[in-house]
Amino acid sequence: MTSSVTGLSPPGTGTAAPVPPPRRGSRIDPLLGVIGIAGLVVVAELFPRTGLVDSRYLPPISAMLAELGRQAAEPAFWSALGSTLLGWGTGLAIALVAGTAVGIVIGTTAMLRAVTSSTIEFLRPIPSVALIPLAVLMFGTDMRSTLLLVVYAAFWQVLVQVLYGVADVDPVARETARSYRFRPWTRVRTVVWPTALPYVMTGFRLAAAVALILEVTGELIIGSPGLGREIAVAQSSGAVEVMYALVLVTGAIGVLVNLGARLVERRALRWHPSVRREVAA
Amino acid sequence: MTGALRSTLRVLGLPLVLVAIWWIATAGSSNFYWPSLQSILTAFPGTWFEGRFGQDVLPSMGRLLVGYTLALVIGIGAGIAIGSFRRLRLLLEPALEFFRALPPPILVPIIILFAGIGDGMKVVVIVSGALWPVLLNTVEGVRGVDEVQRDTARVYRLRPLTRLRRLILPAASPQIAAGARQSLSIAIILMVISEMFAASNGLGFTIVQFQRQFAIPEMWSGIILLGLIGVLLSMIFRLVESRALAWYDGARRADREKG
Repeated sequence: MTSSVTGLSPPGTGTAAPVPPPRRGSRIDPLLGVIGIAGLVVVAELFPRTGLVDSRYLPPISAMLAELGRQAAEPAFWSALGSTLLGWGTGLAIALVAGTAVGIVIGTTAMLRAVTSSTIEFLRPIPSVALIPLAVLMFGTDMRSTLLLVVYAAFWQVLVQVLYGVADVDPVARETARSYRFRPWTRVRTVVWPTALPYVMTGFRLAAAVALILEVTGELIIGSPGLGREIAVAQSSGAVEVMYALVLVTGAIGVLVNLGARLVERRALRWHPSVRREVAA
Repeated sequence: MTGALRSTLRVLGLPLVLVAIWWIATAGSSNFYWPSLQSILTAFPGTWFEGRFGQDVLPSMGRLLVGYTLALVIGIGAGIAIGSFRRLRLLLEPALEFFRALPPPILVPIIILFAGIGDGMKVVVIVSGALWPVLLNTVEGVRGVDEVQRDTARVYRLRPLTRLRRLILPAASPQIAAGARQSLSIAIILMVISEMFAASNGLGFTIVQFQRQFAIPEMWSGIILLGLIGVLLSMIFRLVESRALAWYDGARRADREKG
């Protein structure tokens, strides 16, 4: 959920300053992050053990991890994890394809761009969770209910970035392509796509995070199969340790999604000056 | 004159067409789940303006406001601290990375354990999710402050508070605003979710209630109301942002024209 400015920012998204050069580094610096995590773990272990926090609310982290180990032996855990990942991936893929296609069509046609902009501005801020009751009516607790939310939320992230990207195409390049009478498909492939790609990637990264949030939300509220539903079940049956174990897993998925999205972005943009500059620095 | 007419048509044209299509497509609809737009709009005032406005809409908005403000204050404050001290940042970065990656709604069951299901719970839920975008963007913004300006402030021995007010906050404000905008949409989502999960009043609660009672036109009117609130808040945000960052937009435009 980081902004489009952090990480790799397409030209013109803000004051993305170059990372300041490392200075007066000491030997302990690289270890600090590990110390931070370790400190957190120690606190999460000691607070419940010493009774500072009621262990019925926050069990010691060793108990959570032991529970996680037990969960890992259960097929139900793996099928919940699978459903979450499947729903997330499917929704993200649909949103990416649809957002990119619609974005390029609208973005390359001046008339469409002018006519649709107010509608897009209006539809985008509608919170996707408003659709939950409708999704439940249409699909019940089926996976498709959650899929609807995921696609709706992720679609706008992609679409808006693609529109920015297409608008960023160099006018001279565009006019040149027109003068040479490139066919529309060639024009999209050779002129529009390379300019828009960094924006598409930003959209992809944002959409990947948002899709995960909505996937878990749908499972939690609607009760479609997945980790979110297991968390809700654990909560209502008072299985606090199970609940925390599953929350840890979901957090780990979130971290992996963020790292993975950043990796994909870097690979896809290896040729792009912004990435090459970072590598050289 | 024709120019103004044309731009109005451009802004309102498609929305009007879409609403008209919705109206015509569902007119006299006998489908239970897709009532006619006319019946939704007829249900709207009676549903929301007679009693429920003070009972459900205002409490929801109050929680949202309190939660969002707290998230901004904590996020900007902690962000400035973390962004200013390199060691602190290195210490906390991996842990923050984990909490940011945690989808905020799954914290709802945990927070219910600690805070029950009252107003406090909803505010904590909103803060716990809306905090991260503004926090991390503030950290990045503070880190990105121009080295030369930073050194200049040091050479002139500006006092920390002056430095904060005159240099760091303005320089980081575009990024902080970008974070605050994301936080706002997360805060709205969490307001609705916390009410859907466990509540006795509020927008999210009422809409789910309508759905369970199969009061379909009322449910639709709630969806429309949530949409309107989302749009309205994002418009207010953009207004405030364009006021506060007028200098920045101006500077960028000037930059672009030069380049």
